[in-house]
Amino acid sequence: MKTRRLLPILPVLTLLAMLGPVVAGLYGTALPAFGHLPAAGLTGPSLNPFFELFDWAGLPRAVMLSLGVGVGATVIALTIVMLLTAGWSGTRAFRFLECLLSPLLSVPHAAAAFGLAFLITPSGWISRALSPAVTGWDRPPDLLIVQDPLGLTMMAGLVIKEVPFLLLITLAALGQADTTRSMAVAQALGYGRVTGWLKTVFPRVYAQIRLAVYVVLAYSMSVVDVAVILGPNTPPSLSVYIVRLMSDPDLAMRLQGAAAALLQLGLVIGALIIWRIGEVVVAALGLRWIMAGHRGKIDPVVGAFALLASGACAFAVVVGIVVLGVWSFAGFWSFPDFLPDQFTLRNWMRFGPNTLAALGETALIAGCVTLVALVLTIGCLEAEYRHGLTLSQRGMWLLYLPLLVPQTAFLPGLQTLMLNIGADVGRVPVMLAHLVFVLPYVFLSLADPFRAWDARMGTIANALGARPDRVLWAVRLPMLLRPILTAMAVGLSVSVGQYLATLLIGGGRVATLTTEAVALASGGDRRAIGVYGLMQTGAALVPFTLALIVPAIVWRNRKGLRHG
Amino acid sequence: MKHLAILAALIAPVSAFADPNPADWDAVKAEAAGQTVYWNAWGGSTTTNDFLAWVGSRVAEDYGVTLEHVKLTDTADAVTRVLAEKQAGEDDDGAIDMIWINGANFAAMKEADLLFGPYAEQLPNWAVVDVAGKTVQTDFTVPTDGYESPWAMAQVVFVHDTADMPNDIGSMAELLEWAQANPGRFSYPQPPDFLGTTFLKQVLVDILPDPSVLSAEVTDDNYAEVTAPLWAYLDELTPNLWREGKAYPATGTAMFPLIADDELDLSISFSPGAASTAIANFELPDTVRTFVLDKGTIGNASFVTIPYNSGSKAGAMVVANFLMSPEAQARAQDPAILGYGTVLDMEAITAEERAVFDGLELGIATLTPAELGTVQAEPHPSWATRLADDWADRYGVSQ
Repeated sequence: MKTRRLLPILPVLTLLAMLGPVVAGLYGTALPAFGHLPAAGLTGPSLNPFFELFDWAGLPRAVMLSLGVGVGATVIALTIVMLLTAGWSGTRAFRFLECLLSPLLSVPHAAAAFGLAFLITPSGWISRALSPAVTGWDRPPDLLIVQDPLGLTMMAGLVIKEVPFLLLITLAALGQADTTRSMAVAQALGYGRVTGWLKTVFPRVYAQIRLAVYVVLAYSMSVVDVAVILGPNTPPSLSVYIVRLMSDPDLAMRLQGAAAALLQLGLVIGALIIWRIGEVVVAALGLRWIMAGHRGKIDPVVGAFALLASGACAFAVVVGIVVLGVWSFAGFWSFPDFLPDQFTLRNWMRFGPNTLAALGETALIAGCVTLVALVLTIGCLEAEYRHGLTLSQRGMWLLYLPLLVPQTAFLPGLQTLMLNIGADVGRVPVMLAHLVFVLPYVFLSLADPFRAWDARMGTIANALGARPDRVLWAVRLPMLLRPILTAMAVGLSVSVGQYLATLLIGGGRVATLTTEAVALASGGDRRAIGVYGLMQTGAALVPFTLALIVPAIVWRNRKGLRHG
Repeated sequence: MKHLAILAALIAPVSAFADPNPADWDAVKAEAAGQTVYWNAWGGSTTTNDFLAWVGSRVAEDYGVTLEHVKLTDTADAVTRVLAEKQAGEDDDGAIDMIWINGANFAAMKEADLLFGPYAEQLPNWAVVDVAGKTVQTDFTVPTDGYESPWAMAQVVFVHDTADMPNDIGSMAELLEWAQANPGRFSYPQPPDFLGTTFLKQVLVDILPDPSVLSAEVTDDNYAEVTAPLWAYLDELTPNLWREGKAYPATGTAMFPLIADDELDLSISFSPGAASTAIANFELPDTVRTFVLDKGTIGNASFVTIPYNSGSKAGAMVVANFLMSPEAQARAQDPAILGYGTVLDMEAITAEERAVFDGLELGIATLTPAELGTVQAEPHPSWATRLADDWADRYGVSQ
């Protein structure tokens, strides 16, 4: 009975938890962007912050970097995932990649970026493996690979992490897309694997993963940690520049930072609009392609390419983590030795105790935040189902605002807000800040599978005398076990990876694995980075593994509840 | 900023109502027991982190003060935090109790009246600090006025791998010649990184016939003329830098792995003992040595300061005082631990305490105080800010 009264309030609570801080934060950003910052003795309105921003010689390149890297990484990652699923789903190779998915996903962006850097720099592991025998190098060549001005390495660093994310979301959506029968019909009509899948299944799958793709686009455009590790610095991408301006001791620089933050916001919105137009164009072209009836002669080539590309992504992350591991145990290790002179436990003795304390903090925050997010999300979706409290399409956009607004734009404003209401630094405010980012991801992961659930099951249960609460607990949630666990795993990993929110809102007093690792990163101590990167990966690995293993065990005798 | 500073100066004496009185040390100690001090300090160096952890265990033992090291990537973050708290009216128990600071960050906080004090010169251990011989009462030419207390001395040294670069270099002009003969083997951290900006100042100090103009605040009239030789120098140097100057290491310690990988032969450091410590931690090959220029190199002191809104000022003062103790100073100077220069006057401490310092093994790559030679004064902080901005315009967006 309690649920019935509580349920309609949950959507309001959810929106409040996510949008309150964002709106307040944006308000706190918009004022200084237009020259109003009384604390610095400045009152607006004025357009000077924008003029100063446009005076910065690096702005065109920073903007192009943000756009190019964001759109490029999204297109590449989406293409790889779609072609891979088209060409290989249900095969042994696909199942192998599926097994790799949890470890791949659990690797935090920063750790994956470090791993990639340790692999591909001129003195990286690949170069060491080939030197001097193949390359003839007895010292590393002076090549600009990491931090290249076009941001190609940064794009690669994003792709290797977004491919597993999109693949996971795609897998969750596949269960609702009636793939098996569609493919049977398409192949009976003589269509190749890839072509048949793209023509029959892709439109349905894309409709389900669309918002995840938008999130990948927005994230890739405004990412900070990967950009700091792999991106260029002469000039840096717009987001990195914003973080720099915002942390300048000269308060006046915040005005320019706020203006840049609004510009970043505009860029993300613009890119999303362009992407939406692109969807329409692709749909129109796709329709003509379907009508043309090509059966797909080059399917094997395309499929092979997709497998190779996703294999390379997996290789980069997995071997990247291995090289982090090697560094964490390394004594002195000079170029071009393939392995260190000696292995030592010293690095772990030095950094281990601190990582354990940070791990506890990380787990506590991530666990609480994810549980709250899950309860709110399921509450919203159930309220929508029972009471028709559906968010309109426009309302859905509000839901994803925290993911589409660059963190750098509203977090400083959020910090001021929390101070004003007396919720000073500490664990709970950090959890609230994490919730802003975790909630949308959990919602995004769960909403489509939840809605795509066959409501006739509920009707049958009703007919058998079950009340709505019983239908939820006994039928719907158990059937949705896999997407629920997936959503939790995503929520946990999002919380584990939060850097700016933890640092700013925690006032530095809340030390998670990520804040500790990023603080070390600027010092370039590869042994310490190795230890923290491995710990970070471990913190997120367990939930993702459970998300795959538990449904397989629970539903081992329920064939229809396994995907695909 | 100017208006704010004037306003702040007017209301300054009103604050510090219930603050502990640094002159009444027994009361300070009594109040400190049980307090938790959040020390915001750059966390990029694992050796420094280990040292800070040791300080924490010692002040807990002796004074019952709990020390938490908040690891920063950039000290400016802490300054921003205190500013944000002031805006929000959090005047009694801010998140930060102590900051490792110097230079422009100190100047900014002092100007905006964000600091507690004066306290430094009332601390008991101030009596053994080498006030005459070391620059502990000015910070980049800005008077400290007791608003920060020193805990380490730093001086620019050049770090080179003798396996690839056997000979020292005596001047910045020679460095340019060497770089032209050995392209791609030298780099410096990207300004506005602290050490990167220091490299710019070091070039300027070394190539100017008379660097005394740098000790006064920069003016629009003299800036272009004074710095012209620096930009001419960098125009020649940049194409010969590592990655042709299209990318730079993020920080000073980030250059150690590049030397270990044989990508760089030469880099700079602000800590004369850091190379020896890094060799001990497998981060540098044991062929690495250090040197200074013939005319000497820039040196300064590292300080700690206490924000005006710290809720644990007594605890922070106890930590600041402990940092200036012979025990902490000797440990910091040990290259196996940290390798930082001491701020103490060797004549003012007891013979026993002095023996600990004399007994320290400096490490194979560390220069003796005599070899470190003349310490060049830091330019006024206004120069650093302007050089870093100008550098960013010229080289930071060029590619």
